[in-house]
Amino acid sequence: MLKNYLRLNLSLLYWVFVAPFTGQFFSISQIFRQMVFIGVRATSMVALTAFSIGVTLAMQAAHSLQQMGAEIYVPDLVMLSILREMGPVLIAVIVIGRSGSAVAAELGTMKVSEEIEALEVMAINPVQYLVVPRFLAMLIMLPALTIFGNYIGVLGGWAVCRFALNFNTAGYIMRALESAETWDLYSGMIKSGVFAWIVITIACNAGLHVEGGAEGVGQATTASVVQALLAMLVTNAILTGIFFFGA
Amino acid sequence: MPTPADSPVIEVVDLIRKFGDRTVINDISFNVRRGETLVIMGGSGCGKSTLLRHIIGSMKPTSGSVKIFGQEITTMNEHEIASVRRRFGMLFQSGALLASLTVGENVALPLLQHTDNSVDEIEEIVEEKLQMVGLSGFEDLKPAEISGGMKKRVGLARALALDPELLFSDEPTSGLDPIMTAVVDQLTLKLTHGEHMTAVVVTHDMTSAFRIATRMIMLGHGSIVAQGTPDEIRNSPNPEVQQFINGEADGPIPLNLSQDEHEHHQHVKPRPFIAARHRFHRKTA
Ligand SMILES: Nc1ncnc2c1ncn2[C@@H]1O[C@H](COP(=O)(O)OP(=O)(O)OP(=O)(O)O)[C@@H](O)[C@H]1O
Ligand SMILES: [Mg+2]
Repeated sequence: MLKNYLRLNLSLLYWVFVAPFTGQFFSISQIFRQMVFIGVRATSMVALTAFSIGVTLAMQAAHSLQQMGAEIYVPDLVMLSILREMGPVLIAVIVIGRSGSAVAAELGTMKVSEEIEALEVMAINPVQYLVVPRFLAMLIMLPALTIFGNYIGVLGGWAVCRFALNFNTAGYIMRALESAETWDLYSGMIKSGVFAWIVITIACNAGLHVEGGAEGVGQATTASVVQALLAMLVTNAILTGIFFFGA
Repeated sequence: MPTPADSPVIEVVDLIRKFGDRTVINDISFNVRRGETLVIMGGSGCGKSTLLRHIIGSMKPTSGSVKIFGQEITTMNEHEIASVRRRFGMLFQSGALLASLTVGENVALPLLQHTDNSVDEIEEIVEEKLQMVGLSGFEDLKPAEISGGMKKRVGLARALALDPELLFSDEPTSGLDPIMTAVVDQLTLKLTHGEHMTAVVVTHDMTSAFRIATRMIMLGHGSIVAQGTPDEIRNSPNPEVQQFINGEADGPIPLNLSQDEHEHHQHVKPRPFIAARHRFHRKTA
């Protein structure tokens, strides 16, 4: 299992970084198709999630900070939590549930209906033809969705501050921008790029190695979601450790 | 890679394949020469598709050797196999069309991947190939929207897209009506005429087999029961061959449905094979 996963990663690196220099290009139109599916179609879900999180964070922050008379720091807390943790993690959760599972099921169905074998026999490498476009689309769209989600989350925080805590809009924006450094944004983006890698390789690996018909496809899909969630959350803890508690 | 004109296109030597302890291919050897049409026949489940999978390198044998165009395929790495595969086409028993692409895109796929032709040229070739199998006008349908026999023919058009030197077809005419069967047979004959193409065809359809074959192999229990020209097979004294080509239920080929075999073992209770979870759901009277 792990061996298959490592082999998929090596082969992916070859087809993305080496093969184009030998004249074997991947298809740009396929990448756009996957970007629409993985990214564009997920925007409404991401928006709703991020807005709810922004609102929730602001309410909790207000509750704790009010006791110390420090509501003025609500925007700081919302901004930092979203940029560093909530944005990248929750949006990755949505993409795992929505796109990771769909990719695993799609490739798994292709595997059991001999389509993958047919590609190989036509001398078309399934990693190049199927995995690379999904990989690149995910690598672009998950960070893009995360930026989008960050905005919406901060907007959720603003809604609470503006209408429940009587901040004025300019004050909220000032505080939020003052609290965050560019590193807070970048660290979240790096996380989200790493998550993209984890999610899509786990999903593709699960799909490409399905055995045993429709039942196998279902099992692989579930397994890919569970594995991707666990791997993503553990990686997040490690990255937070490195980024914010490291030397 | 140039092969000397008289050396075989396919050379299978002592091929053995076991799944667990079941031997599905049991020591098979044969050659296919350029321009030949080899028909492989044999009962359902006797290992014909598995044999094809070993010849095209998508399964590795337990032991033995397979050479295509003079190159050993069983020990090749992915890159070497890919370069050999560009020279042959394969029609799968199930068609194996990509469900996410239309009929036209399926046929165009090998052309888009392996040639530098412009999209217009490719559309022209696709149109021509679909016409050869009697399917022009169906370019824009998805595989889910066409019949089983049509899928077969699209699969054949796709296998022929790159004008291969060598064609493998796994039951190209199953699910086709007699007229379409004749069309597909004519196509195979036309393409192999004048040694342009070599074909290995698996079929159950005896009319079609005798129409296209220049040589025939009959498999049984994973080994070769008989081989020879169509005339030799037709006049074979082997009763198994006669039973098969005449389609008779009575004969030497074991069918696993004879009653008397069971009577011998009646005192032994057969091994249960329905899992307990299925028994549980059964309503008891
Ligand atoms: N991947 C596999 N694992 C285990 N057994 C297999 C596998 N593939 C094929 N077999 C076994 O090999 C035998 C031959 O199968 P194969 O599909 O080659 O038959 P066939 O001659 O093509 O039959 P048909 O005419 O019905 O298509 C069968 O008994 C099958 O159970
Ligand atoms: Mg078969």
